[in-house]
Amino acid sequence: MSENSDDDGIVLTEAQKRARRSRSIAIALALAALVVLFYAMTLVKGPGVLIRPI
Amino acid sequence: MSLVSEGVEVRGPLVAGVGEPSLATVGDYIALMKPRVMSLVVFTALVGLAVAPGSLHPVAAFTALLCIAVGAGAAGALNMWYDADVDALMTRTARRPVPMGRVRPGEALAFGLTLGSFAIVVLGLLVNWVAAALLAFTIFFYVVIYTIWLKRSTPQNIVIGGAAGAFPPMIGWAAVTGSLSLEPVLLFLIIFFWTPPHFWALALYRTEDYARARIPMLPVVSGDASTRRQIILYTLVLVPLGVAPWAFGYTGALYGVTALVTGAIMVMLGWQVFRESRPAERASRNLFAFSILYLFLLFAVLLVERGWGGLIARLAA
Repeated sequence: MSENSDDDGIVLTEAQKRARRSRSIAIALALAALVVLFYAMTLVKGPGVLIRPI
Repeated sequence: MSLVSEGVEVRGPLVAGVGEPSLATVGDYIALMKPRVMSLVVFTALVGLAVAPGSLHPVAAFTALLCIAVGAGAAGALNMWYDADVDALMTRTARRPVPMGRVRPGEALAFGLTLGSFAIVVLGLLVNWVAAALLAFTIFFYVVIYTIWLKRSTPQNIVIGGAAGAFPPMIGWAAVTGSLSLEPVLLFLIIFFWTPPHFWALALYRTEDYARARIPMLPVVSGDASTRRQIILYTLVLVPLGVAPWAFGYTGALYGVTALVTGAIMVMLGWQVFRESRPAERASRNLFAFSILYLFLLFAVLLVERGWGGLIARLAA
């Protein structure tokens, strides 16, 4: 544990914490949506989805 | 982008240290994507997608529209990244997230590049690569050709740059067919020739804004009278193009009547703008407002007449 609080690095304000949290949730939701999208499109394309002409 | 070299005074947060934690909210990032422009892009892409021959699974159609929307958002974010200095000088754009200091330029750049890359790759992988290539070209055209090159260098900026806004119906068409033909090119031409009268009408009553930001819009460079003459000339080219899908037999009577009636109103309003002189700006405002309705009506009727049946059939299949 540091003796000086300056060594603790950047301390976020409440507003910065709220903003970061909302951004993190948005990124998580976007990634989840992407997973669902790829899953749905794999079902739509069927088992041949990985068979592509070279 | 040069925030300093162009002699623009930037406010504190815009030049804040790189390591300072961001205060940007989700709403700021949504604003970066220009949601109003995005809605028009999605709508015209939907029409291109719906009127195209052939079939596309509804999930694939949704994916295509999502990628086009995200691609448009990426282009908007990259535009705001590059244009932060001039946006700060114009009343209409001064409250955007980057000039306000809520989003740092680097964040807007990273956001735009990430979104654009995802949109192009996902569209290519899940739909087809012709549509993905067109989307990539559209983003490139809007950001590099229009924003970085033309916007600050020529009064023809929105004439050539308008092509970027005209591509979405072609992308929608390509998502279904994997190719292009005359019909989506007609839709492209309608938006392409709609853009100059639409934006010049706005520029006529925002001339001081553009002049302050040193953007060479036509009214700033060539003057009021020349702009009004160009507006009526472009409108006279636009209206026959609006009727062309009906004349070529692609649409029914409802579209033909709509295109003729709204086209006549466009010519009338364009003529009023031509006859008007400063400081009056009522005709310009009227043309600007009606031009949005004009484009919306043409594409909405096209969607109802040509596309709606096709969409219902695809959803039922």
